[in-house]
Amino acid sequence: MSIEHRDDTGARFGMWLFLYTEVILFSGLFILYAMALAKYPAEFSDASHKLNIYFGSINTLVLLTSSLTIALAVSAIQMGRIKQTLILCWITIALALVFLINKYFEWSAEISHGIYPGSEQLAEMGPGITTFFNLYYFTAGLHGLHVFIGGTLIGVVAVMTAKGKVTSDRYTLLENSALYWHLVDLVWIFLFPLYYLLYH
Amino acid sequence: MSEETHVPVPYRTFILIWVALLILTGITVAVSRVDVGALNIWVALGVASIKSSLVIFFFMHLKQESILFKIGLLTMLVILAIFVGMTFLDILYR
Amino acid sequence: MSESTTYTGFWQESPRPGILGWLLSTDHKRIGIMYLTCIISLFIVGAILGLAIRLELIAPGETIMGAQTYNATFTVHGIIMIFMFLIPSIPAAFGNLLLPIQIGARDVSFPKLNLLSWYCYIVGAILAIIAIFSGGGAPDTGWTFYVPFSTQTTTNVNLAAFAAFMLGFSSILTGINFVTTIHRLRCEGMTWGRLPLFVWTLYATAWIQVLATPMIGITLVLVILERVFGAGLFDAARGGDPILFQHLFWIYSHPAVYIMILPGMGVISEIIPTFARKPLFGYWAMAFSSLGIAFAGSLVWAHHMYASGMSDFAVLIFSFLTFIVAIPSAIKVFNWISTLYKGSIEMAPPMLYALAFIFNFAIGGLGGLALGAAASDIHLHDTYFVVGHFHYVMFGGGGFALFAAMHYWLPKFTGRMYNHKVAVIGWALLFVGFNVTYMTMQAVGVAGMPRRYYDYLPEFTTLNQVATAGSWVMGLGLLIMFVNLWRGMCSGRRVGKNPWGATTLEWEVPSPPPLENFGEEDPVVTKGPYNFKGVVADEY
Repeated sequence: MSIEHRDDTGARFGMWLFLYTEVILFSGLFILYAMALAKYPAEFSDASHKLNIYFGSINTLVLLTSSLTIALAVSAIQMGRIKQTLILCWITIALALVFLINKYFEWSAEISHGIYPGSEQLAEMGPGITTFFNLYYFTAGLHGLHVFIGGTLIGVVAVMTAKGKVTSDRYTLLENSALYWHLVDLVWIFLFPLYYLLYH
Repeated sequence: MSEETHVPVPYRTFILIWVALLILTGITVAVSRVDVGALNIWVALGVASIKSSLVIFFFMHLKQESILFKIGLLTMLVILAIFVGMTFLDILYR
Repeated sequence: MSESTTYTGFWQESPRPGILGWLLSTDHKRIGIMYLTCIISLFIVGAILGLAIRLELIAPGETIMGAQTYNATFTVHGIIMIFMFLIPSIPAAFGNLLLPIQIGARDVSFPKLNLLSWYCYIVGAILAIIAIFSGGGAPDTGWTFYVPFSTQTTTNVNLAAFAAFMLGFSSILTGINFVTTIHRLRCEGMTWGRLPLFVWTLYATAWIQVLATPMIGITLVLVILERVFGAGLFDAARGGDPILFQHLFWIYSHPAVYIMILPGMGVISEIIPTFARKPLFGYWAMAFSSLGIAFAGSLVWAHHMYASGMSDFAVLIFSFLTFIVAIPSAIKVFNWISTLYKGSIEMAPPMLYALAFIFNFAIGGLGGLALGAAASDIHLHDTYFVVGHFHYVMFGGGGFALFAAMHYWLPKFTGRMYNHKVAVIGWALLFVGFNVTYMTMQAVGVAGMPRRYYDYLPEFTTLNQVATAGSWVMGLGLLIMFVNLWRGMCSGRRVGKNPWGATTLEWEVPSPPPLENFGEEDPVVTKGPYNFKGVVADEY
């Protein structure tokens, strides 16, 4: 067998291509959002006011900060500071958990008010509001799934870093997991104003 | 082919970007409290685009990557704009 | 060929012995062979279902199946042929087999991801088969899963939609792999201007796979969520919009048409120069028309929806844009014909399939313009003309290109040659049967017979019987072709490196190619892909 072929730039490029597919995946939901907003502008701002802006804002801060910590982790491993890398990875995972816990409380409150896809109370609020909340649950749900996957990925990489399999010389896995995590942040950067901040 | 590895970005740069992102988030929240009609949604999208550019160019190191990565991203955005924009041809004129 | 009578290349060389050597292999050729095996098996299943549909339509009223069975049959025929046969056929099977060799690489960029994509494909295929036999019965929505029917029917749509999602994921992984491979792993001297045209078409296809496929993913997920939650995203009574489903669906599924046909065009662009003994006419026009088709293909999806209730303005724009796709397609056809002009043409079996491709594709393509024009589409929409049209392009184009590829590269990957005379007989039956079947369908469609019914008015009987008879000739042709290829593969005469006298890199390695394709030294390319100077075919 020949020597192992290694192409870090290729691996990063492949990851970027994968992120494009993720963007297009989410864009399907954003297209539905845009079309419904054009059709029901007033209902959408009414519905937006029913969302809790504090949950949304806190989660925005949490995700932006976690994006910072994972970006710092990449710099840290490039400079060979393994211990700092690990700490930054664990902080990122902790922030991901905070995000999901926040989401859990937010959704519980809304569901207890009878607002969830297919509920009768939601149907009584009229077509525009129903569409808003259907899209909100599906988009935020898909995003939450990505938070979970991204957190798991960073956890795996952190363990590999601790075991010395990801090093200052060979850190593409960490870089690619970080790229994935930034995508999760990017989706939220659009999701937050579109769902939580519509002016009435 | 490890000739294309990156120079580590200093912590300071990342922290500055993070501060900028927080400020921009504050701006979006503030603007959403002011009524500027249909402009609200465009301001929100504009600020979100600036924020995502910061994330993409700095946090995701696109600034350091070769032209191929940038063309790739541009291609994706053009296709995305086509998908969204041309669906409006139906919705707005129905 | 005396010294290598026992040489079997990648069929024997593997880090693991036996079946695991295949199932866990990351060698692009083994993965390509595994894809090809599955694709051909599923094609045979789909073809049998197609013959059953034609048999049901041999006379008005119920002949061999009732309405519900008929609906399920054409749905499963569509799902198998589109998602499991046409989309992976040439890119996943022949793309994997050939792409790395043609650019002088030892494998694709991400070999493990490549294996994962095959497993996604298999899981998707198995789930789809389970969906037929479990739950509320085989899906009966048509392969398009249109709402509102797909959210209301009690048949097993959830599992079938999830299966299609998995198949899409497999397609995305292949696309990511190919784009990266073509950018990163070209050997020394393999500039963009020296890439074989097959690689160019795979490159354009891979971009479509990456940028369009996720849209079908989210669409199918939304159908499943609708069925689980009953949220009403596509229900007009609850503020949803059923036409938006069609937009999302066709945003992927129209570009998917080019996933099916573009690599086929690449195969034809390889075969025509080889058997005309001439460099391909208009290399750059061919390369850029591939990218042009890929791009223009993403601008035209709503031409499937003229009769849906979409805005008239959108109909106008999409109809106009549809005509633009005809330009790069026509460039390709003209360039193939110009390549043939004054060539010394050899009518070998791959060449016959390639010529049949051009014939069928031209008819299918022109029929596409009749459907793309908004006015004539209102008459032709949902008639058998549409069925005839897309079979001309998909089967007469994509399918024939796959058969051309099988006849062209079988000697390369098995080191053996099939019987040419039998191949020509199989080709002739297939070609004649094909045209009788689908030309008749187009005629009966213009006369007004709607598609998707198990029954029809008595005045359409004669034409339907002709079409059914044509399907039998076609079935016989397929049978002869597959048996001949199989026998050639098992016990045909041995051939050397280059039985056709072709010029691309794969013909410079042994047949079958060894593990990692090239020996100790990486290849260095010093000339363009279709330079026939001094290239002679091996005797066999």
